[in-house]
Amino acid sequence: MADVIRQQQLGGVRREFAPWTDPAAAPLIRFDAVTKRFGDVAAVDGVSLDIYEREFFALLGPSGCGKTTLMRLLAGFETPDAGRVLLGGEDISAVPPHLRPVNMMFQSYALFPHMSVAANIAFGPKMDGWPRARVDARVGQMLKLVQLDGLGARKPHQLSGGQRQRVALARSLAKSPKVLLLDEPMAALDKKLREETQFELMHIQYELGMTFVIVTHDQEEAMTVADRIGVMDKGRLVQVGTPAEIYEQPNSRYVADFIGDVTLFKGTLEGRDGDVALVRERTSGVLLRALAGMADAAPGATVWIAVRPEKARISPDPLPPDTPNVLSGEVFDIAYLGDLSIYKVRRPDGTFMKASQPNATRLVERPIGWDDKVWLSFAPEAGVLLTR
Amino acid sequence: MRRFGAFHIAVLAAGFAFLYVPILLVVIYSFNASRLVTVWAGFSTKWYAALLANTQLLDAARVSLMVAAVSATIATVLGTLVAIVLVRFGRFRGRLVFSSLVYAPLVMPEVITGLSLLLLYVAVAFDRGFWTVTLAHVTFTLSFVAIVVQSRLISFDRSLEEAAQDLGCPPAETFFRITLPIILPALIAGWLLAFTLSLDDLVIASFTSGPGATTLPIQIYSAVRLGVSPEINAASTILIGLVTLAVIAFSLSTKRSEVERQRAERGAAT
Repeated sequence: MADVIRQQQLGGVRREFAPWTDPAAAPLIRFDAVTKRFGDVAAVDGVSLDIYEREFFALLGPSGCGKTTLMRLLAGFETPDAGRVLLGGEDISAVPPHLRPVNMMFQSYALFPHMSVAANIAFGPKMDGWPRARVDARVGQMLKLVQLDGLGARKPHQLSGGQRQRVALARSLAKSPKVLLLDEPMAALDKKLREETQFELMHIQYELGMTFVIVTHDQEEAMTVADRIGVMDKGRLVQVGTPAEIYEQPNSRYVADFIGDVTLFKGTLEGRDGDVALVRERTSGVLLRALAGMADAAPGATVWIAVRPEKARISPDPLPPDTPNVLSGEVFDIAYLGDLSIYKVRRPDGTFMKASQPNATRLVERPIGWDDKVWLSFAPEAGVLLTR
Repeated sequence: MRRFGAFHIAVLAAGFAFLYVPILLVVIYSFNASRLVTVWAGFSTKWYAALLANTQLLDAARVSLMVAAVSATIATVLGTLVAIVLVRFGRFRGRLVFSSLVYAPLVMPEVITGLSLLLLYVAVAFDRGFWTVTLAHVTFTLSFVAIVVQSRLISFDRSLEEAAQDLGCPPAETFFRITLPIILPALIAGWLLAFTLSLDDLVIASFTSGPGATTLPIQIYSAVRLGVSPEINAASTILIGLVTLAVIAFSLSTKRSEVERQRAERGAAT
């Protein structure tokens, strides 16, 4: 939770940055209906996506969703079967990797084991034919940037995992690429180090003013570092938006379920009351109310209402009769997380609903315990109506 | 620590005796002062001195070393290419046939390999000499090099090459700057193995060598048919020493590459 708060503060600093809302802005990277097949399987299936200069963009999805293939298309390790990849307006689909102004940080770090840390970092600049003095100066600068001064002479195997990760970052930044690609850069780090590194990465990206594209399966990581997130499923981009948009207005059950915790109510759309949709829940027959938003569904259609646990209210006493969306049940499980507690409630129809409550005061005894009868409710604005 | 009983030590001694007493005898008798092989007449290095004067044996030794060095070098280049094709080119058409043909010489009886090469050389009227033996040795040592290098390439992390290309290194240069230095221990191991095999070989060499290209094993074998002389013992001792050195170097370099690989893997895991 602390992460989210800090992220919001950082987000505040950068609030002005939103080139994707400006129709006149030219994207730095453009995927134009790109498809890549491996045998019969389309790893990337007709993806169109714009990424803007200085943006920190996260490709998020489970393993096998095509996010790594999309990144490798950008690096040049794969060529598209259909569609184009554009960088700065130029079609780079056929340009081999060593001629692209794009650098990548590999998941395995891929440090050259037979070279020192300094030689690893110097490799890219040397390949570009920089003069010796400039290469040396750049290596020093990069070592400083990733806080590895004095370790230039070490071999990769003499470093810790976290240090190796920094060397890989320094090496991929050494040539000041137009775009830095990061393939699961923190997968091998422990949680504490990962969180520190995430903030450091954001700081570096902001300082250098570079465009970063990160591939990750960790939604918390994506939400922490990225300006925008592209959620992928089975080779397709399901939703692209800022972390807040993705979290608060998921466009499908897949996104709602993948990002964060959610309770889904399946029901039939009965009609509208102003801009509030009326949904009859299938299992219980209860009439639920949620903001209709953008969802366009005809009465009678199957729809879902997604409710985040922190937006549901839980109470040990019956709620006033005019409260909307009141449900009841018995506490099935309690997860005490310190800063908040998550209650899993079993409803009379056998379905479960999750609600969380911040532990704002230091209560020794919890007012809600296992098997207690509880009442749940959520405001119509808290529920997201989904049609798929 | 586990303690070993007298029985274990006895078994171990018997095993080693079975393997190494014959070799030890050759070494001991090379220092025998007597010309008679069966009678010990005191320590002497005179047969080594005599060996230095025996131009026939020295020529043969030189030929053997040349053949071994040249054939091991050619076999290492070709065997490495074979390994790269087998590991890197995926499932191309005829892969099974290709790999079977490459590895067939490993199981082929040497007599047959030698005979068939002899027939070939005669058929194409290739005068037998240094190059015929060398080529013959390349044909059978190449497979060993291919196996050693292949096993190293299988565990090679391809993302290292991708990283190099990503940083602006063209594909061919990537091979020489990244791939080759990393797999070099396996290449050295393969070269040493090929060198040793070539130095040892009697059967194929006797089919494929000609006048002026008598290798050391052939020279020793033909000399022994006229009776074992202490000079031959001395020559054999030197040969044993050379082969032992090569084998030790081979295992050290494979061990080193293995240790490095494990270290790299541990590195990736932490």
